[in-house]
Amino acid sequence: MIKKYDSNFKLIWHFLKGSLPFFVLSLISAGMVSFMDMVNPKIVSFTVDSVIGDAPSVLSSPAASLVDMAGGLETLKAQPLIIALAVACVGILAALFRYAFRLSNAAGAETFVRRMRDELFIHIMGLPYVWHGENSTGDIIQRCTSDVQTVKRFVSEQLVQLIRTVILIAMALYFMAGINVTVMLGAAAFIPIIVCYSMIFHSRIGTAFRKVDTEEGKLSSIVQENLTGVRVVRAFGREVYEQERFEKQNAYYTGFWIHLMRLMSAFWSSADILTGMQNLTVLFLGTRACLNGTLTTGSLIALISYNLMLIWPVRMLGRVITEMSKAGISIDRIRYIMNSEPEKDREGALEPPMDRDIIFDHVSYSYEGGTGEALHDISLTIPAGTTLGILGGTGSGKSTLMYLLERLYTLPPEKGRIMIGDADIADISKGYLRRNIGMVLQEPYLFSRTLSENIGIAVDRPGMDQVRKAARLASIDDAIETFTAGYETAVGERGVTLSGGQKQRTAIAQMLIRKSPVMVFDDSLSAVDTETDMKIRHAIREVSGQSTVILIAHRITTLMNADRIIVLDKGRIREQGTHDELLLQNGLYRKIYDLQTAGLTDAG
Amino acid sequence: MRVKAMPNDEKNLKLPFFGIPRLFPYIKKYRVRIMVMVLLGGASSAIDAFYPLFNRYALDHYIGERTMEGIGLFIALYLAVIVFQASINYYSAFSCGRVEMSVNKDLRDAAFGHLQTLSFSYYNQNSVGYIHARVMSDTGLIGESVSWRLMNLVWSGAYVIGVLAVMLAINPKLAFYILMLLPAAVLLMTYFQRKLVLYNRKIREINSQITGSYNEGITGIRTIKVLNIEDKMNRDFRGETLNMKRTSIREAHFRAFFISTVTMMSAVVLSLVLWQGGKLTREGLMQIGTLSVFMSYAIELLEPVQGIIETLSALAGIQVNIERLTRLLNEESDVADSPEVIEKYGDMFHPRKENWEELMGDVEFEDVSFRYPDGDEYVLEHFNLKVPRGTNVAIVGETGAGKSTLVNLVCRFFEPTKGRVLIDGRDARERSQLWLHSNIGYVLQSPHLFSGSVRDNLRYGKPDATDEEIMEALKVVSADGVVKRMDKGLDSDVGEGGSLLSTGEKQLLSFARAVLADPRILVLDEATSSIDTVTEKIIQSAIDRVIKGRTSFVIAHRLSTIVDADVILVVKGGQIIDRGTHKELMKRRGYYYDLYTRQYEELLWGQHD
Repeated sequence: MIKKYDSNFKLIWHFLKGSLPFFVLSLISAGMVSFMDMVNPKIVSFTVDSVIGDAPSVLSSPAASLVDMAGGLETLKAQPLIIALAVACVGILAALFRYAFRLSNAAGAETFVRRMRDELFIHIMGLPYVWHGENSTGDIIQRCTSDVQTVKRFVSEQLVQLIRTVILIAMALYFMAGINVTVMLGAAAFIPIIVCYSMIFHSRIGTAFRKVDTEEGKLSSIVQENLTGVRVVRAFGREVYEQERFEKQNAYYTGFWIHLMRLMSAFWSSADILTGMQNLTVLFLGTRACLNGTLTTGSLIALISYNLMLIWPVRMLGRVITEMSKAGISIDRIRYIMNSEPEKDREGALEPPMDRDIIFDHVSYSYEGGTGEALHDISLTIPAGTTLGILGGTGSGKSTLMYLLERLYTLPPEKGRIMIGDADIADISKGYLRRNIGMVLQEPYLFSRTLSENIGIAVDRPGMDQVRKAARLASIDDAIETFTAGYETAVGERGVTLSGGQKQRTAIAQMLIRKSPVMVFDDSLSAVDTETDMKIRHAIREVSGQSTVILIAHRITTLMNADRIIVLDKGRIREQGTHDELLLQNGLYRKIYDLQTAGLTDAG
Repeated sequence: MRVKAMPNDEKNLKLPFFGIPRLFPYIKKYRVRIMVMVLLGGASSAIDAFYPLFNRYALDHYIGERTMEGIGLFIALYLAVIVFQASINYYSAFSCGRVEMSVNKDLRDAAFGHLQTLSFSYYNQNSVGYIHARVMSDTGLIGESVSWRLMNLVWSGAYVIGVLAVMLAINPKLAFYILMLLPAAVLLMTYFQRKLVLYNRKIREINSQITGSYNEGITGIRTIKVLNIEDKMNRDFRGETLNMKRTSIREAHFRAFFISTVTMMSAVVLSLVLWQGGKLTREGLMQIGTLSVFMSYAIELLEPVQGIIETLSALAGIQVNIERLTRLLNEESDVADSPEVIEKYGDMFHPRKENWEELMGDVEFEDVSFRYPDGDEYVLEHFNLKVPRGTNVAIVGETGAGKSTLVNLVCRFFEPTKGRVLIDGRDARERSQLWLHSNIGYVLQSPHLFSGSVRDNLRYGKPDATDEEIMEALKVVSADGVVKRMDKGLDSDVGEGGSLLSTGEKQLLSFARAVLADPRILVLDEATSSIDTVTEKIIQSAIDRVIKGRTSFVIAHRLSTIVDADVILVVKGGQIIDRGTHKELMKRRGYYYDLYTRQYEELLWGQHD
């Protein structure tokens, strides 16, 4: 398979579309800021030497013409306010560029990160269901949040800072060299030492940080498990055990951190020594040069200022470089998602009428990496407008069969065909297919929105009457009316917690609101009590009309009125027929029926 | 169904001094270390303020007087100061880190330990995520406040004070000019900082929304695909990221403006110094070196001032976290053993098992009225029921009808509002919770396993169980097959929350766990729902074997499973509306009869059709 993004660079370049001009602008502004910062020490040095002192002016020609414009050296001596104003002006200009730098950088960063987030989300929505099964949710979310954040920082902070620092160092050294090469070299000698020292330290401490993260994760999951399992902890009286377990991990984690703190403190303070020596070197070499007569006092002050400007960027440089190397891992992790192949329709996908017979033609299916076949040679015709019941235990393959019908799983061509009327579902547009085969899942998922939004989520701008009608059909309207906010009640994290049965009924309403020619209920009445179960089935029978209905359940009462029932066991059709026929067959169906009705004999 | 109430502490109950005094003991423990850290940190910053004086000396003495005499000593002194300061820095930074980590640790231990004593009403009223954040992140923020944030204040504060002192000492007049600008700068910074805090809060909110959307998009992918609503989800998501982008850029604009203003003010201060200082120097009233000191300060002074304001505003923000944690620590359990009980039976940490009576399993509800602490209605009123040892009690009713209430009372997860629950003829409150819980086996509706091996999990109910006993218990519930299938047997890992096992397997293991504890009272909370018929049958026969001779409370969905119960309690709308044996209840033709027959109505009808 050809990967769309075969290198990290390609991916970043792709995401940079739209934000690149901002970053270029921000770097130009950053260069200007550095330049402006270089100007003030020059003014100071000139002032000290020639305005306050009496040394002859040694200005470059553009600067000298500026002095002339201000009325010449003598005017400046009489009016030092002019100098002050010049300093203030440079300060204001620097501030303006600094503002431009920060704003364009932020605009670039936000444009960049938005593009990255949007593309990831959209891409993930389009990835096959199988892909989602193979990748853990937590891991994908981690990639979309903290890895995205890392990449954002890499581009908008670290990369920009790196370029900025290089510009700054180059300029500062250039200006220093213009004043006195020896002093410049004295200061410059420290730069590689400090950068290397810091890089070595940070790359070595990196593994320790990863370990701290893992340990924190362990500590955090002890709390999580304790809280979610509080009933078990209490019921078995194991509070003390839990606390000991927590304290042990807490002490270990803390101890490790303290060890890290010691290393970091040692690093910081030793870097302080190097920095201090750099300052001293500049001061010493500068002082000596002054005495030799090769340097003026004002120039020394300027050199000291330039050197101070270098200190922090240089100290941060080593850290930035090591952190940048970590970004590679994050980009890789994002690239993995972006390189995964999304679901696709065949060219010229069909949109045939869907109120036709559904035919499973010698369908077999096995999961990748799974042992044996999940489905074996299933052949089955569901005449349009009839109801099929499927009875099967855990792992019988009943959901797999339906996922194949919905094309959540892809059926390889050599493993049989699924037809709707004359069309192979592989040729049908998947969106069209799924819109027309309404399916209620075994474990329904509700979105953290209001109940009415949840019920109407599959329809464009649903009317309230539509929502209510669907809710009524699914027997959830009464329950909804008991909430104070009614249909506007929020579900999930910040709202009410629905019981399993209420969730299932909401999901049924969600499906019923969109009238589909085929309706699948995948064990979606299991958490509903028998009475409601019956009510819902009656309602479905009423509205279904010409629709084909597939009912999956392990409660026989749910299935018994179907036109035809198949018993699915270990991926094979074991028995089929109507309820009465199946009872006479004295097979698995009969056995389960007897199990489920055992209580009845007592009732007489 | 329970509408999650706002967590207690969000109500407008104010704690005295934001709850800070409650945390003093945890900090006091490290007071010496904190003092040392503050003193050393302050000294280090004072030295920073002192450095430009070296430059002044070099400028005025060596250059001004054109001599290199004594330069060796100068360098030696400079180096000595550098090394001295570095060692102070090492020690104060390390102390600071230690204080942070130690305070964090103590607070986390205290919070976690306290949580172990809280009753279920607390857990019902606060979500797991909320409590988790109190233990894991509030503690961290507080630890950070008493260490790094405090240190920042000290560092910046000492530097500013040092600078002001040196300035006033060497040239009060020039110092005065700089001082004049300071209040204006502080006011401006405070204003900006406030605004920024608001923006940042907003950004954090949107950020968690976006994370939530990812979570929803990924965990709900099956539903999204089946409903074919990918486009709608994408559209909504793009709306959120657009909002994020706009808000972030607005914040950045504001911050950029803020920072540019501060640096501009530095330039203004510098120009002032140059103007006034230049005049003084030219007139010979001040030396060049002094002027250079002032210029250094002009550039360096505002940043620490800004640092102080930023730290103060961060500290103000942490107040909320302090309050929340304090509330957790102050929370009192509404189910607690009395001092007399603790005296005799010991507490959770020091049980006095020698005084524990054997529990026989007679349970009696004596005129019990009960209302959930967060509810307004009584769910039990004047309820009486005798459950002699070995009795099998079944509780039936629709989902959400309140079937767990009785079990909560038997397990003393809640205490009766009025009346008494008697265990072996004595009020449950007369003996310790640990005594009761050590004698109760409990199987939950959604089985909960802890990360670790199968053995660790099964031993949860009996820490000293041998492998033979464990295998025996597994056999009783027909779960030995499950363990044999796993590659490492009893040593196999079950994953976080048992995630490596199927629901049915988890249920069998949690059942074995309860059996292993060999309890006198057994509680089965809807343990037989959501598994296929065959597994259900296996469990049902296990239940039949296990409840023999034990007092048991079974909450069941399927009525066929409880027809043999000694007494069946019928629950509707939170109230117990009927009770009796299966035959009695059927004869009475009440709600139970309705439930039971309706479950099989269609079946009967189908048979005769």
